[in-house]
Amino acid sequence: MLDNPAKPLVSVRDLKMHFPIYSGLLRRRVGEVKAVDGLTFDVMEGETLGLVGESGCGKSTAGRAVLRLYDITGGQIEIDGREIGNTPQSQLRDLRPTMQMVFQDPQASLNPRMTVEAIIREPLDEHTTLTPMEKREKVAELMDAVGLNRKFAARYPHAFSGGQRQRIGIARALALNPKFIVCDEPIAALDVSIQAQVVNLLEDLQEKFGLTYLFISHDLSMVRHIATRVAVMYLGKIVELADRETLFAAPLHPYTKALLSAVPEPDPALARNTNRIILQGDVPSPSNPPQGCNFCTRCPAVMDICKQVEPEYREVKPRQFAACHLYNET
Amino acid sequence: MTDDTLEMTEKPRSQWLDVWDQFRTHKGAVLGLGFLISITLFCTVGPLIWDVDAGKLNIRNKNIRPIYMALFDSGAKVSWGNPMGSDNLGRDIMANIMQGGRISLAVGWTAMILALLIGTTVGVLSGYFKRLDGLLMRFTDLVLALPLLPLLLVMMLLFRDPLRSTFGPEQGIFILIVTGIGITSWMQTARIVRGDVMALKEREFVLAARSIGTPARRMITRHLLPNVMSPIMVSATLGLATAIITESALSFLGLGFPSDFPTWGKILFDSVDRMTSFPERVIWPGLAISLTVLSVNYIGDGLRDALDPRIRGL
Repeated sequence: MLDNPAKPLVSVRDLKMHFPIYSGLLRRRVGEVKAVDGLTFDVMEGETLGLVGESGCGKSTAGRAVLRLYDITGGQIEIDGREIGNTPQSQLRDLRPTMQMVFQDPQASLNPRMTVEAIIREPLDEHTTLTPMEKREKVAELMDAVGLNRKFAARYPHAFSGGQRQRIGIARALALNPKFIVCDEPIAALDVSIQAQVVNLLEDLQEKFGLTYLFISHDLSMVRHIATRVAVMYLGKIVELADRETLFAAPLHPYTKALLSAVPEPDPALARNTNRIILQGDVPSPSNPPQGCNFCTRCPAVMDICKQVEPEYREVKPRQFAACHLYNET
Repeated sequence: MTDDTLEMTEKPRSQWLDVWDQFRTHKGAVLGLGFLISITLFCTVGPLIWDVDAGKLNIRNKNIRPIYMALFDSGAKVSWGNPMGSDNLGRDIMANIMQGGRISLAVGWTAMILALLIGTTVGVLSGYFKRLDGLLMRFTDLVLALPLLPLLLVMMLLFRDPLRSTFGPEQGIFILIVTGIGITSWMQTARIVRGDVMALKEREFVLAARSIGTPARRMITRHLLPNVMSPIMVSATLGLATAIITESALSFLGLGFPSDFPTWGKILFDSVDRMTSFPERVIWPGLAISLTVLSVNYIGDGLRDALDPRIRGL
């Protein structure tokens, strides 16, 4: 297998990202949205960690917080042996080349007033001392690497299709030879046919440059295709983290089970026999999470203890972590 | 199109050439640019050709009608020495309009640029840096609440004499008026720019630049300013118009340039009381002001379209 358990490239401990809520006449702080509330995971060198969960569970916030695009509320983040959790933004600049991000909406993540060349060159301008000719050459190489025609360098983003724009975004992320790339739903805004192209491109680039991905997505079949390990998030917390095969074959947490049962089955004969677990109700508000387990309001296997005590996130089986009382009792 | 021709067409084109190409498709903007260039030439090069002193009094030749009046009224007093006529003191109107245009245009442009600089700076700073926002916007509200004319009156009283003694009578008043108009008309720009910057700041491409490690000052110059170009352009064109008009109003109140110093606004106000018998004295400077403002508006419109790559591509 790709993963080498000896060396995590990124290790996140108890990451918290709370956004304050101000309200009332005096704009007093009345509470906080616990978008990410205590994440702990490692990303091994060269692996792809898939991060899945439904809308609004804090996946994107987690990805951005790991790269310190936010000032986090608490916790430690270690990337490539350096602790960045509490480093001030001004000192993070030197570390930016190691960690990059591919954004969800390729339309919004490219400045409409810059040419493709200027967009891909921006990281080079910021962090290298190459001459303009060398930068030009490097930009052309990057465009080749992501499968863009280098003749389009002088065009503006609006002249490209969604898939091409996402390639521009990927080329920009690759410009500084990063080790770690957070892919924040890079395929969610694309057509299905283009999704496969982009995912294959990401895989090829991983092989070529030895990249490590944190792949955020809500598309379970894509995650199953690209990820080596998968973490499932619910309401700001990881409920389960396991190797891809284990997670898809034998999920532990009831939420993972429900999520997996929602994946459409292409074979109609099999589809008729699947037992869908339909969750009732809505995701509770992250500003006011329920007492005990976050999932207790919708869990099909809820017990009394779930409504009082928050389950501990621990290694239930070898290499399979979960936070559920079902496995704490036995 | 084959790939070879694509390369041929795309490589050598500079961005400004594209901007000019798009600008040319806007008929009004081209017309406005033509008019602005000609009126600027009229005011700057004109006095070299039409070598008449604007301030020279010639009582014998007072109240001469413009030359075209001879067509409608054979008895009208016309003279080739004063093609646009002369005023009640015998000063040549054409020379006055040229001289006045120099001042009006200079005041308009300088005050507009000053207001734009202050407004954009305040707007960008308060939009981008959350800590400065409250302070700067309350300051903007404060200036907005100040009554313009009494403020200028106080400024005149306080600074007229020291400025006159250091820069000379004309330069001193010019600086005073430009600063006065500039620092009292930047607030709208600041508010518009602030709002736009705040919206842009949350866009993903700014986040992408943050993830690259772009520092704040280059974030502003590279990502924010080019994207707030359109509102700045619009307030620039409006600002030029207000500056010229405010200067006219100030001159009318006697707070502006000295009385022997013509500006478009002053010629206009001087002639108002004789408007019925000599309409041309109001029409010409008035037309000059309105057409300049209109042409600048059109140029701004065309420039805004030309600078937007999304429109330029079409």
